[in-house]
Amino acid sequence: MDWVGTIVQGLLLGGFYALYGIGLSLIFGVMRLVNLAHGDLIVCAAYLSLVLIEVSGLPPLLTLAIVIPVMFGLGVLLQRGVLNRVLGLGPMPPLLITFGISIIIQNGLLLAFTADTQRLPAGSLETASVPVGGWATVGVLPLLNMAIAILAIIGLQQFMGRTDLGRAFRATSDDPTTAELMGIDSKRIYGLAMGASLALIAVAGILLGMRTTFGPSDGPARLIYAFEAVIIGGLGSLWGTLAGGLLLGVAQSVGAALNPGWFQLAGHILALLVLAIRPTGLFARTRDL
Amino acid sequence: MIKARVAEAPAGWKQLSVIRFTALGALVIGALVSLPFWGGPGVMRMMVEFLTLLALAQLWNLLAGYTGLVSIGQQAWIGIGGYALIVAADDLGLPIPLGLVLGGVTAALLALPAAGLLFRLRGGYFSVGTWVVAEILRLLVTNSTDWLRGGLGRTLAATGAMARETRELLTYALAVVIGLGVVALVHLLMRSRTGLALTAIRDSETAAANLGVETQRIKLFVYLLCAFGTGVVGALIYLNLLRITPDAAFSVQWTAFMIFIVIIGGIGTIEGPIIGAILFFILRQFLADFGEWSLILLGAVAVVMMIFAPEGIWGIIRRRWQFEIFPVHRRIGAGSDNAHAA
Repeated sequence: MDWVGTIVQGLLLGGFYALYGIGLSLIFGVMRLVNLAHGDLIVCAAYLSLVLIEVSGLPPLLTLAIVIPVMFGLGVLLQRGVLNRVLGLGPMPPLLITFGISIIIQNGLLLAFTADTQRLPAGSLETASVPVGGWATVGVLPLLNMAIAILAIIGLQQFMGRTDLGRAFRATSDDPTTAELMGIDSKRIYGLAMGASLALIAVAGILLGMRTTFGPSDGPARLIYAFEAVIIGGLGSLWGTLAGGLLLGVAQSVGAALNPGWFQLAGHILALLVLAIRPTGLFARTRDL
Repeated sequence: MIKARVAEAPAGWKQLSVIRFTALGALVIGALVSLPFWGGPGVMRMMVEFLTLLALAQLWNLLAGYTGLVSIGQQAWIGIGGYALIVAADDLGLPIPLGLVLGGVTAALLALPAAGLLFRLRGGYFSVGTWVVAEILRLLVTNSTDWLRGGLGRTLAATGAMARETRELLTYALAVVIGLGVVALVHLLMRSRTGLALTAIRDSETAAANLGVETQRIKLFVYLLCAFGTGVVGALIYLNLLRITPDAAFSVQWTAFMIFIVIIGGIGTIEGPIIGAILFFILRQFLADFGEWSLILLGAVAVVMMIFAPEGIWGIIRRRWQFEIFPVHRRIGAGSDNAHAA
C-alpha cells in the first residue's frame, strides 16, 4: 500500500475539515453558540454555486465571488433576524432553532435537487495536480483550499488582535454586558460573526464540491467533521482546529485504506479517543479566541 | 424561557380533583384496553404508532425539557433497541417481551460509556457529540455484514410462527403498557425529589451543585433511563415494522420527530408532548405523502414557535386558563407546597 500517498490525501482532505471547523469555532468563540445547521449551510453553498454555473455558465471558482457575499448576508440575516431574538435564554433555544433550520434545508434541497449526488464541473482544475518531491502528486484544488485555510487563520488572528472591530469581537466574547456599556452593539457583532462563519464555509463547500460529489443529506456529516476537527484540536485554538482537521482527514484516509467501510468510523474513533484521553484537545489554549 | 418559568411560577393553578383525574385516567385506560374489541387491526396499528411517538417524545422531553440535556442522537437507542430485539428473538430464541427489555438494557449498557465521554462536552457540543455516538453505532452495525447483514438489514422472523391476530394483539398490548408507563414514569419522577433536582440542574447547574445536588450522578441517571426507555420503544417500533435497516433505524429523523412534537406541544410539561403527538399524528394521517414538505412545515412551525411561543401550545393554554392536568410544578408558599407536589 502507498502509505505516503494515503497520508498526503488525508492531509489534503483534512484541510477542508479544518475550514469547516474554523467556521464552527468562530461563532462558538464569539457567542457560545453551536450552529447545528452548519453542515447543511456548507452543502447549501455548493448548490448555490451549482445553480449559478448552470444559469450563467460561470466557471466554478468565479462563483465564489457571488456565493461568498450571499452566504455572508445569509449569516447576518440568520443571526439578526432569528437567533438574536433568543439571546440570553440559555443554550437550548438556539440549538433547537438551528436544528429545525437544518431539517428545513435538507428537505428543501431534496425537493429542489432530488437525492442524486452532484458535482461542480471544474474542468481541467478538477484533476490538475503538481508533483511534490517526486514521491507524490498533490491536487491544485486541495492546495488552494489549504492556502485559504491558513490565510483565514492568519487573517482572523490579525483581525482579532489588531483592529478596532476585532477588539469589539473579543470584548463581546468575554463579557457582552460590559462590552455594551462601552458602546459596542453586541447584536451587530454576533451578526458579523455568523456572516464571517458562513463566508468561510462557503469557500470550503465550493472547493470540495469541485473535488467530490455532494448530496442534500450530506450536511450532518459535515457538521460532525467540523465538530471533530474542533474537538481533536482543542476548543478555542484556530491553529489547533487546523491540526485537528488534518488529523481527522488522515484518520479517515488511513481507515479507508485498511477497509472501505472504516472511512468515517476511523475519524469518529479518533475524536472519541482524544475526548477520552485529553478532553481539552491536543492543542488547547485557555482563551476562546 | 428558563427565566420566564421561574417568574411565572403558578400561584394557584386549577387542577383536576382526585376524582376527576381518576375518572379521566380510567376513561383513557378503558378506551385503550377495550379498543381491540371494537376497533379493527387498522385502528390498533395506528394506536401503536401513536403510542410509540408519544413515548419517544415524553422521553426526549424528560432529557431536554426537564434536565437540559439536549440530545440530537436519541436515534442511537432506537436502532440498538430494534436490533437487540431481533437478535434476542431470532438468534437467542427469547420471548418477545423479554426482547423488548433487552433492547432497553443493551441501549443503557452502551449509553454508560458514551455518557462518560459526552458529559465532558458542554451545551451545543454535547448535542453534536450525541449525534456522533449515533453515527458510530450506525456505522458499526452497517459494517457487521455477516451477523447483522450490514446495510441490507434484517427481518424479525420469530413472529412468523404466530398467527397474525396474536402478533397484532401482543404488539398493541405492549404499546399500551409502554405508552402509559412512560407518561406515568415521567409524572412520578418529576413529583419526586429527583424531579426537583432535575429542574434545578436545568435552570442553573452551578446553583444546583452549590445547594448540594449531585448533578453529575442525577444527569447520568436520567441519560441512562432515557436510553433504556428509548431502547425499549425502539424494539417495539421494530416489532411493529418487522424489517430493520441501519440507515432507517439510526436516522436523525426519529429525533427530529421527538423535538418537533415536544416544541410544538410544549417543552417542560407532560401535557405538551401528548398534544404535540396528537397534532403530529393527525398531520401524518392527512398528508398522504408524508415526505419533504411535511418535515419542512414541521421544522418551520417549530422554529417560529421557539422564537415567538417557546412555551408551546400547552404552555399557552396553561397560562391562559391557569390549569394543568399533571401538576409537577412547585410553588413557593408556606405549607401549600407539601399538599401540591411533595
